[in-house]
Amino acid sequence: MDLQLEQIGHRYGDMAVLDNINLDIPAGKIVCIVGPSGCGKSTLLRLIGGLEKPSAGSVVQVGEPPAGSFNPLTYVFQDFALLPWRTVEDNVRLVLEDHPINKTETNAIIHDVLSRTKLIEFRHAFPRQLSGGMKQRVAISRALAVKPAVMLMDEPLSALDSQTRELLLDDLIRLWCREPFTSVYVTHNLNEAVRIGHSIVVLSRRPGRIREVVNIDLPLEQRARGHIELDRQQTHLWNIMRDEAIAADQELLSG
Amino acid sequence: MADSREVAFRGGGFAPQAKPWVGVLVFITVICIIEYGTRQGIISNLTLPRPTDVLATFLDLWRSGLLWSHLLPSLSRLFVGAALGATAGICIGVLIGLFSLIRAGLVPLVAAIFPIPKIALLPLFVIWFGIDEASKYALIAFGTFTPTVVATYGAVDNVDRTLIRMGQSFSLSWFSIVTKIVLPGAMPGILSGLRISLAIAIILLVAAEMLGAEYGIGAYILEAGSLYDLERLFVGVTILSLLGVLVSTLIGYTEKRLLSWRG
Repeated sequence: MDLQLEQIGHRYGDMAVLDNINLDIPAGKIVCIVGPSGCGKSTLLRLIGGLEKPSAGSVVQVGEPPAGSFNPLTYVFQDFALLPWRTVEDNVRLVLEDHPINKTETNAIIHDVLSRTKLIEFRHAFPRQLSGGMKQRVAISRALAVKPAVMLMDEPLSALDSQTRELLLDDLIRLWCREPFTSVYVTHNLNEAVRIGHSIVVLSRRPGRIREVVNIDLPLEQRARGHIELDRQQTHLWNIMRDEAIAADQELLSG
Repeated sequence: MADSREVAFRGGGFAPQAKPWVGVLVFITVICIIEYGTRQGIISNLTLPRPTDVLATFLDLWRSGLLWSHLLPSLSRLFVGAALGATAGICIGVLIGLFSLIRAGLVPLVAAIFPIPKIALLPLFVIWFGIDEASKYALIAFGTFTPTVVATYGAVDNVDRTLIRMGQSFSLSWFSIVTKIVLPGAMPGILSGLRISLAIAIILLVAAEMLGAEYGIGAYILEAGSLYDLERLFVGVTILSLLGVLVSTLIGYTEKRLLSWRG
């Protein structure tokens, strides 16, 4: 299943946030969206998944989601959004409860996703007992449990410290290599973007427009930290973004 | 060489710690001071009764069996009235929290009812529900209702919106979102609201029993008061305090059970 964004524009009252965004999200690829803060990248992600309605244009789903997908467009949030009163296992169970599957199947799915994220032994723990990295792995397992066609990841690593971020990025790459998934990955971290993105969309400052789309052909499993090609791309991205970022930094939020 | 000294500690404090025996100690000290004062004549018998006399009066009440004939009707009034008021309050509060139309319609009404001293409405309840138990239930229920509504919709409003968005992003049904995300998320606020509501229920219990009740803690206190029988008055007041402590303990226990996830 592919997604197409057709002339998406969005405004909050008088303030234009996004303007004329056209973008294809091909199946099996990770599309990163980067841009200066406040450029509307998280808003764009909410529009893609239908959590918000665009003021103009539309998001089109091309083709059917794979059979057995319970929730084709599935989010991973920056702040994890785990229910504190449910254990790890029950947080995953939550998103399966509304679907017509029996208990054995549910348990099998939970077991599968928790073992893929190496959380099996923590399945009875409560979120407050987990580190930030573990919480985000729970949220990723929860997303995997509904067999999404597209994973919409909103700065999934930004709330984590840099070591944890590095580890979890490796985990994500390993998950993708094992079983490629489609994803839109919003981040402000250019290093993350060049490590995990098949293509990287650079947005301008508000109102967000597409400045450039950078494709990186190097396979994900070869993208080691400090790879020369990646460094070159990262510098290139930073050169595009620097002036935008400076200008965005000096704008008033309410302006 | 410049003189050196240790950097002085200036953090600490502002962190409540559990010191369970201090509360009991304060109680005992106060009672001992009163006992000593009344025995020495520093405090006259008209000002405060002697604690040992109060205890003796209480034991008399217990032995005569009258304790239960006063306490049981009070407990059943408190239970029925508070249960009605709290249940209705939680239901209406959740509805206000969930539906904008109901909020727009009922919040001003609740705000208008809240500050009315419910005791002032007692004659009205007597006309509506008769002099019997029903008017007492109604008074207690009504008094419990308003603070519960306010606490409940506040608690629903404070449920983390990102959790609700998460539920929607996984296409959970509306019913699932309400029962699995909104209600558990509002539970801490609802329970702390109940602490206040139930204390108000005890206050109103006495008020209700001061009018047209033969038995009940309120009737007992009223009778003692009009006879200026301070010992019996204090027995009644002590029973009410103990009732308050009991209710508070029960809610604490419920919080421990329902909110164990808070750790």
